[in-house]
Amino acid sequence: MSTQAKLGSALVGVLLLAVLLGLAWMPFDPNAIDLDHLLAAPSAHHWFGTDEFGRDVLSRAMLGARISVLIALGAVALAIAAGTTLGLLAGYLRGWTDRVLMMVTDAVLAFPSILLALALIAVLGSSDSSIVFALATGYTPSVVRVVRSAVLSIREREFIEASRVAGDNAFQTMTWHVLPNIVPPVVVLATSLFGWALLSESALSFLGVGVPPPAPTWGNMLSASRTYMDVASWLSIAPGLCIAGTLLGINLLGDALRDWLDPRGRT
Amino acid sequence: MLAYIAKRLLLTLPTLLLVSVGVFLFIRLIPGDPALVMLGDGADAASLAGLRADLGLDRPLPVQYVTWLGHAVRGDLGRSIFSGEPVGTLILQHFGLTAVVVLTAVTFATLVAIAAGLIAAWRQNSKVDLAIVGAATVVLAVPSFWLGLLLLLLFGVKLGWLPFVGYVPFSESAAQAALFLVMPIVTLTITESGVLTRMMRASSLDVLHLDYVTHARAKGLPESTVLIRHVFPNAFAPTLTLVGLTLGHLLGGVAVIETVFTLPGLGRLMVDSVLARDYPVVQGCLLFTAVVYVLVNLLVDLCYPIFDPRVTAR
Repeated sequence: MSTQAKLGSALVGVLLLAVLLGLAWMPFDPNAIDLDHLLAAPSAHHWFGTDEFGRDVLSRAMLGARISVLIALGAVALAIAAGTTLGLLAGYLRGWTDRVLMMVTDAVLAFPSILLALALIAVLGSSDSSIVFALATGYTPSVVRVVRSAVLSIREREFIEASRVAGDNAFQTMTWHVLPNIVPPVVVLATSLFGWALLSESALSFLGVGVPPPAPTWGNMLSASRTYMDVASWLSIAPGLCIAGTLLGINLLGDALRDWLDPRGRT
Repeated sequence: MLAYIAKRLLLTLPTLLLVSVGVFLFIRLIPGDPALVMLGDGADAASLAGLRADLGLDRPLPVQYVTWLGHAVRGDLGRSIFSGEPVGTLILQHFGLTAVVVLTAVTFATLVAIAAGLIAAWRQNSKVDLAIVGAATVVLAVPSFWLGLLLLLLFGVKLGWLPFVGYVPFSESAAQAALFLVMPIVTLTITESGVLTRMMRASSLDVLHLDYVTHARAKGLPESTVLIRHVFPNAFAPTLTLVGLTLGHLLGGVAVIETVFTLPGLGRLMVDSVLARDYPVVQGCLLFTAVVYVLVNLLVDLCYPIFDPRVTAR
């Protein structure tokens, strides 16, 4: 395993550990207000310090990790499911299905994913499920494109022809013979989308249109920290470190995964 | 060349039309009566009817679309529910600031990426390469709003070198305005240079191994000439596409950076309108952003042949 892959696994491991540990135990109740320890600096008692309500920042970061990971997983799963289905149809059926789907994906891609998410949240209201849906809508076109181009290169191969000759209908050929062969690029894409989704969710929460307080996410913790920047700088540092460390881990792991699954793309 | 330009122009039309349909349908996605949602439960029947007529909600959908598109093409995007100002005017007021920040930052980021990417590829696997790739990887992982906060914390709060809350328009004092823009531009430059550097390095590596580069070296050309005259133009073409995509998306507003540095840009306008449920403004921003994106990418495509003349032949 390369150094990058090791570092990536370690960082993602820390994230998963924080999420799993948080299910069973957290140092403090993440929403417990402690008026005796408002804006306390990091100490042996509160490793990441406390916020303006005396809430433990480490516990909130742990709960925030769970919320962010679940939202990102949901968005990626939805985008992959929808994008793979549409990409398969476009690439395998070609013709008008393909042309119409490509035009729609081009149109959706013309909107920056964060603005598209903002607009959808404006319509759907701010909730966990609308964030998942809004992010997934923005990511689906890129999945469609990747799947479609993978399908295009596979559909001309002999085993697909063999499946058709053997009497399989289009649905059977697609699910049994095309789908298994497009897994590698989809896995690589899913990894980077997961990173994007985490980042976008943080950005939306930072902007005040994501997960509403008091539920903590790294993004809304950073947003709240701005008011106390001059007296409690740790509030601006801990959640950001969590986001950056997680993204770094996912990116490194994604790069390693791509090199492993597609040695030709190695740079 | 003319045929190429014409073909590219024609290809953007269906995308633009579809974008307009999507943006038009956006307001119809709101559950319930859009007029009631916009004005709130306290609205009286007369103003509800007025807004419905304004939005044309009482006519068939295709008629509404054609009317709406006709107005939009002429720059009439309706009025803000809250301020009553024309949406087009609001967008243009906010776009100038976003454009200044984004264009400056993307220019800097591109220059940084070209230099760093070329050098890293040229000295592949050396310490310099490792440092550049490492820095680009870290930069990719740092969210722009956190980087912005850290700069704010260091140069604004701790050192007090730069102003960090509020903004002075250029028309009042250009020097003051520039001071307010230093940190946002630096933040965006750093954030955007990561992915561009990786792209430039990868495409330079591809080009460096080609025969014509070996030939240029064999002629005895100095390395700097080989890199600048021979490697750069070919390696830059894919990066240029990425610059276009980046620019297209960022011009729609760098909402998070504008929020960190309290700048009244297009992204902030969109976020504030979302929070205030000012749907005509959200709709206008969406349409404007998508059109800018399509046009910027068209422009980049048209610039492409300068770096790679083979494109027009295809």
